[in-house]
Amino acid sequence: MKISKSPWVLHYDGSSCNGCDIEVLASTTPRYDLERFGIINTGDPKHADVFLITGGVNFQNRMVVQQLYSQMPDPKVVVAVGICACDGGVFKECYNIMGGVDKVIPVDVYVPGCAARPESIIDGVVKALAILDHKRDRMKQGLPPEEKEWSPKNGEGAEAMQQQEERIQAQIQASDAARAAMRKEQEEELHGGHE
Amino acid sequence: MRIIEFLIFFPFAVALVLFAMGSSERVYEARKNLVKGAGLAIMAAVIYLAVRVLGGEEDYSFLTKAETANMLIMAGELVLMGVVIFYSIRYKKIYAMLLSIAGTLPIVWLDLSGRMPEGEAHFHIDNLTVIMCLVVGIVGSLICIYAVGYIKDYHQHHRDYQERSNWFLAMLFVFLGAMFGLLFCDNMGWMYFFWEITSVCSFLLIGYNKQPESIQNSFKALWMNLLGGCGFAVAILYSALQLHVTNLSQLLTIDEAAVPGVMIVLVMLAFAAMTKSAQFPFCGWLLGAMVAPTPTSALLHSATMVKAGVYLLIRISPMMKGTLTGVLVTLIGGFTFFAASLMAIATSDGKRLLAHSTVSNLGLIVACAGVGLPESVWAGVMLIVFHAVSKSLMFLCVGAVENVTGSRNIEDMHGLIIKLPKLAIVMIIGICGMYLAPFGMLIAKWAALKSFIDSNSVWLVLFLLFGTASTSFYWGKWLGKLFAVIHKSQALKDTTHRSEWQSIIPLASLVVAMCFLFPSISKYLIQPVLSQMFRKEVPPVIGGSDIIVMLFMFALVVALPIAGVFISRQHGGITEHNTRSYMSGVNAADDRHFLNSFGDVQSVYMSNWYMIDFIGELKIMKPCLFLSTAILITFLMIIVGRAL
Amino acid sequence: MASIVLKLAMAVISILLLGPLVGGLLSGTDRFLSARMQRRQGPPVLQPFYDISKFFQKKAYIVNGLQHFLVVGHLLFLMLSIGIIYAGQDILLSVFSLTLAEMMLCLAAFSASAPYSNMSAQREMLQMACAEPILLLLCIGLYLSSGSFLVKDIIRCDLPAIVKTPGIFFAFLIALPIELRKSPFDVSTSHHAHQEMVKGVTTDISGSVLGIVELSEWYELFLMVTLTGLFFICSNPVSLVYAILAALIVLFGLTLCDNVFPRVRWERMLAFTWGTTLVAGGGNMLILMLLDK
Repeated sequence: MKISKSPWVLHYDGSSCNGCDIEVLASTTPRYDLERFGIINTGDPKHADVFLITGGVNFQNRMVVQQLYSQMPDPKVVVAVGICACDGGVFKECYNIMGGVDKVIPVDVYVPGCAARPESIIDGVVKALAILDHKRDRMKQGLPPEEKEWSPKNGEGAEAMQQQEERIQAQIQASDAARAAMRKEQEEELHGGHE
Repeated sequence: MRIIEFLIFFPFAVALVLFAMGSSERVYEARKNLVKGAGLAIMAAVIYLAVRVLGGEEDYSFLTKAETANMLIMAGELVLMGVVIFYSIRYKKIYAMLLSIAGTLPIVWLDLSGRMPEGEAHFHIDNLTVIMCLVVGIVGSLICIYAVGYIKDYHQHHRDYQERSNWFLAMLFVFLGAMFGLLFCDNMGWMYFFWEITSVCSFLLIGYNKQPESIQNSFKALWMNLLGGCGFAVAILYSALQLHVTNLSQLLTIDEAAVPGVMIVLVMLAFAAMTKSAQFPFCGWLLGAMVAPTPTSALLHSATMVKAGVYLLIRISPMMKGTLTGVLVTLIGGFTFFAASLMAIATSDGKRLLAHSTVSNLGLIVACAGVGLPESVWAGVMLIVFHAVSKSLMFLCVGAVENVTGSRNIEDMHGLIIKLPKLAIVMIIGICGMYLAPFGMLIAKWAALKSFIDSNSVWLVLFLLFGTASTSFYWGKWLGKLFAVIHKSQALKDTTHRSEWQSIIPLASLVVAMCFLFPSISKYLIQPVLSQMFRKEVPPVIGGSDIIVMLFMFALVVALPIAGVFISRQHGGITEHNTRSYMSGVNAADDRHFLNSFGDVQSVYMSNWYMIDFIGELKIMKPCLFLSTAILITFLMIIVGRAL
Repeated sequence: MASIVLKLAMAVISILLLGPLVGGLLSGTDRFLSARMQRRQGPPVLQPFYDISKFFQKKAYIVNGLQHFLVVGHLLFLMLSIGIIYAGQDILLSVFSLTLAEMMLCLAAFSASAPYSNMSAQREMLQMACAEPILLLLCIGLYLSSGSFLVKDIIRCDLPAIVKTPGIFFAFLIALPIELRKSPFDVSTSHHAHQEMVKGVTTDISGSVLGIVELSEWYELFLMVTLTGLFFICSNPVSLVYAILAALIVLFGLTLCDNVFPRVRWERMLAFTWGTTLVAGGGNMLILMLLDK
């Protein structure tokens, strides 16, 4: 049975005004009814096949988007809903917005609109399902994935991202070192002079 | 019979030698070998006894003429009273002294003034004695072997405590001897003497490290046990003076309708047993006794001494059926089972949780004894056997973990399966043995359920249902903590002594083996007990097809982890990709940290759910004590009033 | 000898064939009915089978090495639970096997050492503590009305068990949302999309391991249907029809409750379930014991 007969959706709001989110939720209502395709809106990336993102990516949520994407098992597709997710929309020039979702993860289907209509969203998801099947076939044949290793689309923001990552690594190392020191102290206290 | 004398006197002799050896570093090796040798000797002796009793006659009764032994025992009782008086005066706790005097002097008077009826056998061995001896001998010896290594570590971690480890080990052996004496006795006066030795031993061992908290708790244990002892003394007095009976087996043949006074004896014996087995309202002493070093907790307060109380209850169980005493005992037992398991949910200290669990399981055994049907006695004896082995294993493991990591809090055992894998696996076996199907405790609970239904007591069934549910909750939480695989955690250096392993591993194997062997244990050890006690042929409690299904379940439980090792090593499709756990996408590079709302790294900390505001000790202990005291006093008044 | 072979055959057939088929179809029907109750078209009835095939086609991302065998253990003990009933054996053993199975699922969640899994596993254990008295009460009720714990004796009684144990049946109906993870008692892992703790105990489980969990949910559904039916079966062959009908009506009622009631807080769930056990269950037992005298 084809994998596209049961696509589970992870819906994430990047920095959206919630307009597109409401339209996504509206697609699950009886008028448009996504569930007739077998689609379930799950909140867990480990259970999802389709990553539905609304809103643009900024420095705060870019790591979250990367994490969620990496925690989704293959094969997976990404659908960028709304013009903000496609390329940043009206906020493209803002100082904090990095741009569309494809600055952070590879996108398969772009659904423009502000807010994107439920019909477009459903259309986009159905197109994504075809891509999902295609990816699944490639996986079954043992072929490597088609999208290249992701890297920032242009040098913009790369430096700031680098700094952010270094700061986090330093903090993690400090925390780990503190924990190790505490454990060592405990052991000294307990087994000092022990065989 | 040589074996009885050996089993009673040999531990006392070993105790003397151990005490005399002192506790310096030089004698450590010799002491270790002595303890191991003595332990093995005791185990061999009880197995020999078991084989002879099971193979040969059903009952052994002897030693009818025993004036010298009687004199010695009277002297011993006075010595015990003296010890209690000495310590009561030194620590200014006069109530303990008064209770001891009230309990001892009447018995001594009874004997000296010649009013004690004579002519009956003082010792009596049957299958129940053999089962209890096996438990005490095997589990007790393993714990003594464990204690040698443990006490050394204990003093290294607590350099401010006075080093008296020779005295400690000697007391453990004194206790073993006293327990054997108690189990073999049929004469109630002699049984009372050994009973009091166990109370005083417990008192001395709890106060081992002489800290104010320990002294406080040891006196609590002392007065509660002495109060029970007074009850025992009242029973002996009434039985000797009014009924002219001093032997337990003779007491059990008296017809209640003809002699209503026998109820007084029974209810007083039940009272004594319930204080010794830490039922409500007397559970406080067992909870406080956890300040003692771990071998004490394992030996006295889970495997053997508290079992003395339930042993007595099971002996008098057939007589309690259908009487008000039986109702009292089942009520207190069932209530204890449920209330203690609720309080265990709210505890995060490992030893305290084990104490609550012990009280709870003892409550179940007490309730089984009070019902008085053959199936419930079967369930009670099975529970005694399985509980003794599993609970002492748990105590020993918690002690070992405390020695390695410095903490016995369950919260600190998070991820133990990676940090201390061997200890974690043994603890998992212990916890599964305590409550999961198809291990022994569950089989016994199943039989208990059947017997409760047949006895038509709805409230007892309800207590069992709710108690079982809360029991699985707290054990499951602990089990889950052990199973957690923390990212990037590494094994700690396991500094557990070889002697500790030499006792933990046999106990763990015993837990597993007994589950496979339980049909044989039931058929050869326990069914004869039922036939002897109820004096008729009793059909097997668990039927043939049930046994097959249970053994199949057990084989599955054992096969699963072994298969699991193979499954996780398999490549291709399953173990291809290890990923991070889900933390709403804010994992900071590994599973132990996340990014908080300021963008800074913060450590993840997960704790168990204790519901302290709901069912914590502070909330429900006082109402439970109040309720149980009220029940006890009301029933005592009614029963004694009706019998007089 | 022949009877043992027959028993084993019954058990094996029920486990391997009936369980997944019936469980999957009922699960699909439940989603279909829910959708129609909400005036939507809804997925096809065979949707659960598509779901499972998808799970087995995805790469499994595991969080540690213990999860897989614990989940397999969960499935095996559920299958054993069903097999015990269909082989006519002791129903208490079946309930104990069910408890062990659920414990293994909780352990699989605990082993992930992650916040949502951890908390869900503890809530799942709380749910077990709420439902376990009622499941044991079910066995006691069947025993009191038929005199035996063995299923083969229970189904040969003259009167169906429901005649004597309506209170216990009512308590069992209260426990069903807990076992099947439906509102109002889906405090830990919820079915479908309404989420309390993300996806509950399956939060850190994915791929084929998740497929095994889904399969075991079908088995659980089949087991609950069987237990419901046991209340209605007696020696009369027509009672089988009544049993199936009753099970279907109960499932419909459950789906209706799922769509109507919101999730309750755990305190209320605990109070309600234990209270029902005490009053309905205890009362029923009391009346039966008094009547027997």
